[in-house]
Amino acid sequence: MATTLAQADPAVDHAARLDHVSKSFAGPGGAQLVLDDISLDVAPGEFVTLLGASGCGKSTLLNLVAGLDRPTTGTITTDGRPALMFQEHALFPWLTAGKNIELALKLRGVAKPDRRGRAEELLELVRLKGAHGKRVHELSGGMRQRVALARALAQESNLLLMDEPFAALDAITRDVLHDELTRIWQETGLSVLFVTHNVREAVRLAQRVVLLSSRPGRIAREWRVGIPQPRRIEDAPVAELSAEITDVLRGEIRRHGQH
Amino acid sequence: MASTDLKTTEDAGSVEAGLDALESGPSGRPPLRHTLVNKVLPPVVAVVVVLLVWQGLISLRIVTDPTTLPSPAAVWHTVQDAWLQGTLLGYIWTSVSRGLLGFLFALLIGTPLGLVVARVKFVRAAVGPILSGLQSLPSVAWVPPAVIWLGLDNSMMYAVILLGAVPSIANGLVSGVDQVPPLFLRAGRTMGATGLKGTWHITLPAALPGYVAGLKQGWAFAWRSLMAAEIIASFPDLGVGLGQLLENGRNASDMAMVFEAILLILTVGIAIDLLIFSPLERWVLRSRGLLVKG
Repeated sequence: MATTLAQADPAVDHAARLDHVSKSFAGPGGAQLVLDDISLDVAPGEFVTLLGASGCGKSTLLNLVAGLDRPTTGTITTDGRPALMFQEHALFPWLTAGKNIELALKLRGVAKPDRRGRAEELLELVRLKGAHGKRVHELSGGMRQRVALARALAQESNLLLMDEPFAALDAITRDVLHDELTRIWQETGLSVLFVTHNVREAVRLAQRVVLLSSRPGRIAREWRVGIPQPRRIEDAPVAELSAEITDVLRGEIRRHGQH
Repeated sequence: MASTDLKTTEDAGSVEAGLDALESGPSGRPPLRHTLVNKVLPPVVAVVVVLLVWQGLISLRIVTDPTTLPSPAAVWHTVQDAWLQGTLLGYIWTSVSRGLLGFLFALLIGTPLGLVVARVKFVRAAVGPILSGLQSLPSVAWVPPAVIWLGLDNSMMYAVILLGAVPSIANGLVSGVDQVPPLFLRAGRTMGATGLKGTWHITLPAALPGYVAGLKQGWAFAWRSLMAAEIIASFPDLGVGLGQLLENGRNASDMAMVFEAILLILTVGIAIDLLIFSPLERWVLRSRGLLVKG
């Protein structure tokens, strides 16, 4: 496929490896443990969702993998600098949609004459052909997240980290973007680590769902999702697995009310 | 891919195109007639009202002494005479060239100063409060020491302009940098924009609205400072600017000339703002979608 971005390298057996990672922050009552002994591998080309209620340290974990923060103990290895997508689009409003993508290319060292064409290709990949000159405020919420996705893809990282990227969108748009993300993931062969608190979203997208418990965040359980793509969020197998995971998640949350 | 796969992705594409069309509002500029009625007409009406009141004071003999209040016609004739003698543009150019050149120096000093104050904690703690304090000190206070240190020449004028404009420009940049959303900095860091690259590609463009507001205020302060300097330190060898014109009018007890000078000072200040700084500010805000359409 012409739009292949990152080929899974067979020599590397993981896109990200977290080895006994813990993180604590200084709090009012001494150090507060946020993440406790997390060990997790993301295989090249794998789509993993991290699922958890509030207080499970999902975003902290992504920050650590992105290299924006350091773990207190344990090690994290990634193949190069991962790309990161936020819940807010984080597009720069002083640049057009296309120039946002070109900035990512420029910071990666892509030569000036190649940037424009590459940005157009990426916009086409997220189905925003012709949006190069559009200002950020002229785009809808869904379009902004797609430009943000294109900008993240421009980093040509093997690993894409996504921090609840569709949480602020309406249900109709989110549903369409799930289809888009699945398509782009399949076309590019990227590894994706996707954080969400939406169980159905996790099951709809992932090959593997990792459930984190809260306070401190620990890996509670994992599920392999064998349902073939393309899936729809209302498919019966998706609903069935979601129900099972929701029960476990509720059990985890219930423990906090008991003491 | 199976044919069903293909169908789903095609569907997603067309649904997406529909959503995009539904959610993007119409854009474009308001028609010219709108701009004329909403933006141009109100200030014109205000000026006409002021002129009517002014003329009324004289026509109704509320003020009868022309050395207290000259008629609008008398002031107009003074301006006309200066124009016919070819001196009017000279007055304006003397002041405007000083003002703009001084402002340019202030820009070259204030910008790096603001950046250093915003980014270096120690400098901020040391210089920040002084910079804010200087903003509230009327720059006319600097005229006497400037005359003593630098003598009665143009460098004294520039010194007073700098002391008036540099704090505004630097402070504008500092508050612009302070208001950069942390999310932009995080996004920049994940893309590899750290250190100087981060400052150039993320911090400075993100701080532009605050900086432009600082420039606008800096110009107002520069112009005011210059007029104060010209009025106090009027000296024939310096050339006659608008401030000197006002002082000459006062010495000659020519109230029409005093009014002429005041009106010209006001007009030039407004004109520079309307021609340079307001369009700059509007452009910066509009391109970011920060300007509410009215």
